[in-house]
Amino acid sequence: MTTATKPKQKSDVFHQYLRPKKKFPNVWCPGCGIGIVMGAFIRAIDKLGLSKDEVVLVSGIGCSSRFPVYLDFNSLHTTHGRALPFATGVKFSRPDLKVIVITGDGDALAIGGNHFIHACRRNIDITAILINNHIYGMTGGQGSPTTPSEAFSTTTPYGNVEKHFEPCDLAAAAGASYVARGTVYHAVQLEKAITQAIENRGFSLVEAISNCHTYFGRLNRKGDGLAMIQSFKDRAVPVARAGKMSEEELEDKLVIGKLHTTGATEFCDEYQKVIDAHKEK
Amino acid sequence: MSETAQSENTGSKPKAQSKYDYSKGPLPLNINMSWCKACNICIALCPQQVFEPDRDGKPIQARAENCTQCTICWVHCPDLAITSNYK
Repeated sequence: MTTATKPKQKSDVFHQYLRPKKKFPNVWCPGCGIGIVMGAFIRAIDKLGLSKDEVVLVSGIGCSSRFPVYLDFNSLHTTHGRALPFATGVKFSRPDLKVIVITGDGDALAIGGNHFIHACRRNIDITAILINNHIYGMTGGQGSPTTPSEAFSTTTPYGNVEKHFEPCDLAAAAGASYVARGTVYHAVQLEKAITQAIENRGFSLVEAISNCHTYFGRLNRKGDGLAMIQSFKDRAVPVARAGKMSEEELEDKLVIGKLHTTGATEFCDEYQKVIDAHKEK
Repeated sequence: MSETAQSENTGSKPKAQSKYDYSKGPLPLNINMSWCKACNICIALCPQQVFEPDRDGKPIQARAENCTQCTICWVHCPDLAITSNYK
């Protein structure tokens, strides 16, 4: 019965974080998972108790980068692929702020691929939320670096010949100190991953697997947004169970959860040590 | 006069959620119909089948008494259109 039961968490926390003059409904297609990531992000910020003034949202260009337009934080909407260099500048000049980069797969890995690996290498305290929908959605369905082999896009009409990037493996190899993956079906786990990533001191990557049913789903016969979101339920495997599975079993699966952590030192801390050591001389 | 006008109005248009007994409290969920884009995610993911699509495909709480406030619908709503009336 509904009269007495209270939900486990508040449902209307997002109202205080939305820009008052922004027109809703949002710009994304009906059923697009980016909105689910936005909800998870707002609940993570609310759970951490961060004020609007101590958070900076930086984004590049793309569907996912429309995200800070709706949220009332300090925000920086930058050029294509260059969200991480701008965020590095913000973090370096104001180390007390929480800098969060919202980026897409094409934005972070194709145009900004070089910036991505070097932000990982420095291990600067930035949280990157990479919304991976396996295609360039905003510009018309071109193949991106994460488009799987043999998948169709408007630039690969006979199937993709190339191999695809694994952003989590790339970030872990390049030196990021927290790497996690979630899907939009597992929105509660995604919220937990975003919370841990913001708390972590060092470069944190959260890869949120999302759906682009308008281009990727339509060209690859994956159905509508709902069918794609439900397919993540079948494909997702938690990290603990993935350790017991063979490589052949894991071929078409998405391993979700906390994938990689290191205790590496953070860039701003190291730089401050150099400043302190040479101040008096 | 105003009483008769009211009774005529309520009598002429049957409401879609008229089966719900409002003496038990307000409806479990508040759906912002102007933000909703009819993506069907809440209708399909609800474990208690609370929702039914209306003629636009937007959700109506047809079986509101089944709602257990499990948080699944508003956590998965991409348009932030669903909130709980019980906070």
